[in-house]
Amino acid sequence: MEKITKDDVHPKILEALLRDTNITAEDALENEMILNMGPQHPATHGVLRLLLRLDGESVVACVPELGYLHRGYEKLAENMSFYEFIPHTDRLDYLAPMANNVAWALAVEKLIGIEAPPRAQYIRMMITELARIASHLVAIGAFAMDIGALTVFLWTLREREKILDIWDILCGARFTNSFTRIGGIANDAQPEALAKAKWFINQYEENLDECEKLLNTNRIFIERLEGVGVISGEDAVDLGLTGPSLRGSGVEFDLRRSKPYLFYNDMDFNVVTFPEGDSLARYFVRADETRESIKIIRQVLDKMPQGDILLNQPKKVLPKKTEIYSKMEELIHDFMIVNFGVNPPVGDIYSAVENPKGELGFYLVSNGEGRPWKCKIRSPSFVNLQSIPHLIKGRMISDIVAIVGSLDPVMGEADK
Amino acid sequence: MAPLKELITQKLKDKFGSVNFEFSEFRDELTILFDKKNVVEVCRFLKDDDDLQFKLCEDVTAIDWAQRKNLPTGQAARFTVVYHIYSIKYGFRLALKADVDQSGCSIDSVSSVWKTADWEERETYDMYGIIFNNHPDLRRMYMPEDFEYYPLRKDFPLMGIPGSITLPAK
Repeated sequence: MEKITKDDVHPKILEALLRDTNITAEDALENEMILNMGPQHPATHGVLRLLLRLDGESVVACVPELGYLHRGYEKLAENMSFYEFIPHTDRLDYLAPMANNVAWALAVEKLIGIEAPPRAQYIRMMITELARIASHLVAIGAFAMDIGALTVFLWTLREREKILDIWDILCGARFTNSFTRIGGIANDAQPEALAKAKWFINQYEENLDECEKLLNTNRIFIERLEGVGVISGEDAVDLGLTGPSLRGSGVEFDLRRSKPYLFYNDMDFNVVTFPEGDSLARYFVRADETRESIKIIRQVLDKMPQGDILLNQPKKVLPKKTEIYSKMEELIHDFMIVNFGVNPPVGDIYSAVENPKGELGFYLVSNGEGRPWKCKIRSPSFVNLQSIPHLIKGRMISDIVAIVGSLDPVMGEADK
Repeated sequence: MAPLKELITQKLKDKFGSVNFEFSEFRDELTILFDKKNVVEVCRFLKDDDDLQFKLCEDVTAIDWAQRKNLPTGQAARFTVVYHIYSIKYGFRLALKADVDQSGCSIDSVSSVWKTADWEERETYDMYGIIFNNHPDLRRMYMPEDFEYYPLRKDFPLMGIPGSITLPAK
């Protein structure tokens, strides 16, 4: 294997890597080692490149480099209407696609000034919570697999398959399902989908307990993770961490409680926090959050009202297919909305929801046309990844894997 | 919610009497527009004040107003840098805006106030070409270091410019 020389690393990155010392570049490569934990790596949760400066086995400095999955979504959003962007939002956090769809629909509805009917909102809540469970299952499974406990990954993915089956019945796609629409959702929840959801939540907790039995009192797991990657609550807020990573440091901040959207006001659930701030605390937060999501889904299934699933406002929301083929006005509205887009008022909004990874925000600027003038995607993984150099300083290489796993980044979101 | 809005406007006018603030509201969210040279002091005040405590910086981004029609009036500068900050204690979100013209395309960095702004400002620099003064490490974020253009500017075409990215040799 060839040793990387300083010509292979871009000078600006090298300068960032060697910033806090007073030794020159030549000296660093004699005493310490610059290791590239490259974009293709089985344990970096996607295409994340970490340049590490190592003194033996412990990390002295680290520079993460993103952009290997940059697809230019923000530029694309400026050239397509709000409806056309919905499939792109699936591909942001691709482990919980429904949650992103809901976030985009809420942002556009806030900009336009409409609100989906109650039944649609309850179904959106149910799919967001299912997406949260699905995402946390992958997080726990992949995290344990990186530590070495391979069985847990298979068991959590088995549970996730059941959720994907529910989505398959609901909208026809297991994955990257563009289910929400501006003004509601695509189609009503079939009785068998709701029955399957009910069956799933009744059998989920014992399966989660089985996975936890393997890990929670396992000496190797605890010794690998306790005290690793500790961040205090204040530092976490300053670095912009949100979601389970922030709640694992003792800060009780959940957008479903602080700025409620959909019908989360009426739901009874706890915000799970652990004070320690290390990787083990973040793992516990995720596992317990899935239990809270089960509670929420149970309440949603009990309280779901009957009614429409798409708002009946032809100027802003695409009308139903049967009406388009038979009535003149609906035909005209359909034509206008598809070709020219719904025309929101001039202005800008920022709308954020609590995604499984953290706070997903959409900042939409409109100048009156059907396409957004600007769309900024505030992705939680991007901001969470910023804390990696802070967390891994002084730790060893095997801890990097544990820390990156506990932050649970998804590069589709971080790179947009 | 309403009392906090008035508290913010009052406190800002009291503390920074010389700065010209423009307050606007859209869909229940408050936006404050001010001159770019006061950015760091205003942000530090909003973060440190006990009654406000805007400790979480959610987002830093910029808007490119290249086209001139259908715009809110009074916008002569090409870019507007937007900061979204949130106070966890009081549950209030605020948007701060500062205009940046194309000729002096730079603004002071607020990464000394919130460390989140570090990478967010790098991304804004990468996409729009706005230089942040006193930034600890202003490199490009997503595009390779030798990329010459700024992708999210309105004059950059959607399909890209051929030859702008060096591809690996076959």
